[in-house]
Amino acid sequence: MSGVTRTPTHLTQGGTADAGIGASTLRPDGTLKVTGEFAYSSDLWHEDMLWGCTLRSTVAHAEIVSIDTSEALAQSGVYAVLTYDDLPTEVKNYGLEIQDTPVLAHGKVRHHGEPVALVAADHPETARRAAAKIKVEYAELPVVTDEASALAEDAPLVHENRKDHHAGHVPHPNIVHRQPIVRGDADAAARRADVIVSGEYVFGMQDQAFLGPESGLAVPAEDGGVDLYVATQWLHSDLRQIAPVLGLPEDKVRMTLSGVGGAFGGREDLSMQIHGCLLALRTGKPVKIVYNRFESFFGHVHRHPAKLWYEHGATKDGKLTHMKCRIVLDGGAYASASPAVVGNASSLSVGPYAVDDVDIEAIALYTNNPPCGAMRGFGAVQACFAYEAQMDKLAQKLGMDPVEFRQLNAMEQGTPLPTGQVVDSPAPVAELLRRVKAMPLPPENQWETTEGADVRALPGGLSNTTHGEDVVRGIGYAVGIKNVGFSEGFDDYSTARVRMEVVGGVPVATVHTAMAEVGQGGVTVHAQIARTELGVDQVTIHPADTRVGSAGSTSASRQTYVTGGAVKNTCEHVREQVLELGRRKFGTYHPAWATAELLLENGKAVTDGGEVLADVADVLEDEAIDLELEWRHRPTEPFDLRTGQGNGHVQYSFAAHRAVVEVDTALGLVKVVELACAQDVGKALNPLSVVGQIQGGTTQGLGVAVMEEIIVDPKTAKVRNPSFTDYLIPTILDTPTIPVDVLELADEHAPYGLRGIGEAPTLSSTPAVLAAIRNATGLELNRTPVRPEHLTGT
Amino acid sequence: MRVKFTVNGREQQADDVWEGESLLYVLRERMGLPGSKNACEQGECGSCTVRLDGVPVCSCLVAAGQAEGREVVTVEGLADYAEQRAQHGGCATGACGSAGTSVDAAQRRQAKPAAEGQVKLSPVQQAFIDAGAVQCGFCTPGLLVAADELLERNAQPSDADIREALSGNLCRCTGYEKILDAVRLAAARGDARTAGTGA
Repeated sequence: MSGVTRTPTHLTQGGTADAGIGASTLRPDGTLKVTGEFAYSSDLWHEDMLWGCTLRSTVAHAEIVSIDTSEALAQSGVYAVLTYDDLPTEVKNYGLEIQDTPVLAHGKVRHHGEPVALVAADHPETARRAAAKIKVEYAELPVVTDEASALAEDAPLVHENRKDHHAGHVPHPNIVHRQPIVRGDADAAARRADVIVSGEYVFGMQDQAFLGPESGLAVPAEDGGVDLYVATQWLHSDLRQIAPVLGLPEDKVRMTLSGVGGAFGGREDLSMQIHGCLLALRTGKPVKIVYNRFESFFGHVHRHPAKLWYEHGATKDGKLTHMKCRIVLDGGAYASASPAVVGNASSLSVGPYAVDDVDIEAIALYTNNPPCGAMRGFGAVQACFAYEAQMDKLAQKLGMDPVEFRQLNAMEQGTPLPTGQVVDSPAPVAELLRRVKAMPLPPENQWETTEGADVRALPGGLSNTTHGEDVVRGIGYAVGIKNVGFSEGFDDYSTARVRMEVVGGVPVATVHTAMAEVGQGGVTVHAQIARTELGVDQVTIHPADTRVGSAGSTSASRQTYVTGGAVKNTCEHVREQVLELGRRKFGTYHPAWATAELLLENGKAVTDGGEVLADVADVLEDEAIDLELEWRHRPTEPFDLRTGQGNGHVQYSFAAHRAVVEVDTALGLVKVVELACAQDVGKALNPLSVVGQIQGGTTQGLGVAVMEEIIVDPKTAKVRNPSFTDYLIPTILDTPTIPVDVLELADEHAPYGLRGIGEAPTLSSTPAVLAAIRNATGLELNRTPVRPEHLTGT
Repeated sequence: MRVKFTVNGREQQADDVWEGESLLYVLRERMGLPGSKNACEQGECGSCTVRLDGVPVCSCLVAAGQAEGREVVTVEGLADYAEQRAQHGGCATGACGSAGTSVDAAQRRQAKPAAEGQVKLSPVQQAFIDAGAVQCGFCTPGLLVAADELLERNAQPSDADIREALSGNLCRCTGYEKILDAVRLAAARGDARTAGTGA
């Protein structure tokens, strides 16, 4: 790659033997990141590169009458302007599961901000100005924005002529996917209930709001192919969608992962990938595209907003009798991950509780709202918000303590889910609640000092809106369950290539996977696994690219489990080959070569009793062992489309939260004082990273509880707040101290007994904050985020 | 237009700068210093924080021309800057004569993680690594510049002081707890250690 600078680099990290799994080793990319050297996708640079820009629709639903690009093309510095007509092949759509998303709009736009045209120019501002000169004439169509308008008798169809594999079983073409789950007899069980509570809950549209904007660099290659450097969550999934549109075989689209500035689900769908490649192949020059923050809000899918209707019953001694629910998710204009989100929302809609009789339905709608898809928690978040509110209502109605009520109904190992699947690993729900409740509470009236009130510790902070008058404290609890990995029969495998050789007289290992490091610390863990399995100190992490097999997605809390599992598996095979070589070379010198369990430790082949048999350097000499192997977790099966029955999930992850809030009831301002979390992680491969993940996930749940929402105009389906000025994410002043209690109950089915951990803390954080605000104010609060007007009745 | 200013102790100039370009754009795209980040380009996130004549600013909101003749310190110069400060007792201008990097060299630079013990880090950079305050790392450069400036004027900040000083820097990964830990750690280590060696 001559001429490219600042591309991803190998990360070599030395470490002592005790820097294996279980140690809080430091990130191998940490030094690069703190010195500003780390090459994020927006930092890439190539001599002679052009800047790409996307023109996006200004309306939500319209026929495109005409597009005139002549003025844009005439502008000096502009190299190319592309529209739908310039797409090179018959493949003009892409999609994660359903190929319904146009690369560039054709004849019609279905949501505000849909890509219509592309420009490449020699300066980003030139490209932006040229894009502004493209004349698009729209004939606006009526918009579908909610369930009533989507399923009305004469509703306009968001997609006519659906041919996808869900089209046959949905009751209406504006429903992407529907999953009912029926188990037992909810109506009969309801007659046994002493109390019944029901509620309608509304979950707002959250955005991933990762800090690194969508960006990448496409470099045309001499063989007619293209080299693409990009930030994504799954290289091979991108590749599968990009290559057919370009009309290239997959081996001519060479992808390399650049530095990823956070993802949280928002980089599962394509953004600039195909656009960058199209412009590069058209102009013959490298093209860099970097979205600004405004465009980023249109450049990726959001979390599904949801309406949820729930009914629960319980006996007077506090046992749940039944649950009925209906969950309506707004998928927006394109399918993205909606079908899988429906599967998660329905199968986890009961939460971490034992309920035998259920009647569940979840649907995702096609509307003209912005497309919604993957975001941390993925369907389980919306459900958790609703069922946890229901638990508090039931406890209140029964006069029971909300934590005790939950513990009484908590699932355990052996409890079946509504899908009939039995949870066959530890499910310490009651224990997590016990632990989080046992943590010491933060002191009251923390704002009081000898010199009067320190307003920084009060709701409103330096706005100086209260000195403690009208401030009420509230405490709330919540617990959730999240599935780990891709469910419903998906072939959810990963691949790892591991090379072991002797360099400078010591054995070293190189780990090469296509895993997207998005900040979660996978690169740290891979080095730890290699040290543990191969007994080496120095491990090099090869940049992630498509020259190695797929690692699957960095999502669904799955990456440490699945690609970690793949690295472990390949390392075990490499180790076995090293030992076999040792047996051939030195077996005659010591009987233990043939009879004992052998390991590699500290660069030596040793027996499990610790006896040293040989130096690995002497075993390997000039040879390198180099293997690339796929690895799979236990297979799953789809949910039955009528009954929802089926062993659909791989693993579960549990977290519980206690929130302590202080509310200024006069102004409706909320200060979250503390958000304590207890989570079972199975086995903490890197305790420091585990706690960091839990705190980060907790904070995203806090955000959607009190501030985060994409506001879509219900009349026009246009996004009103696409900026960090108006879409608020928690700052360091909004975020409380987050004590974390990590439980490690091994799941015997998983590598090292670990559990995926990334998403669970995002589930229970939100309902815990809501419960605490309800506890402080006595208000019902059935929607999130909670705004001051909801607390002051204004 | 031509813009000339001092970056990390070295006089630099950029030609053909369009009048609407931000200091951030000139640093990232014309001077080969991409450490300052572009998360919002509207002054909301702090990821582009640099020091302009010692004052932390969002470089996305500074027109390139405004930097003419002034002193800029970016995350790339933080270790040098901290070292100079330690040697000269609080030089806050970056004009202490550190070598800096030429534009050409910066543009051709391939990031290579040096072997352990070879990368010079400021105490606050080292503390961010040690405390686990870096996840995706996109907010890290801006936070480091802001935290370094806080510790320069307040060697023993309270938690409320730290929160106030960093309230203009958004982070989406960490939940801020480890960032607080890192600043506390850097303060606790004080000036006893002027440089780290990387992870």
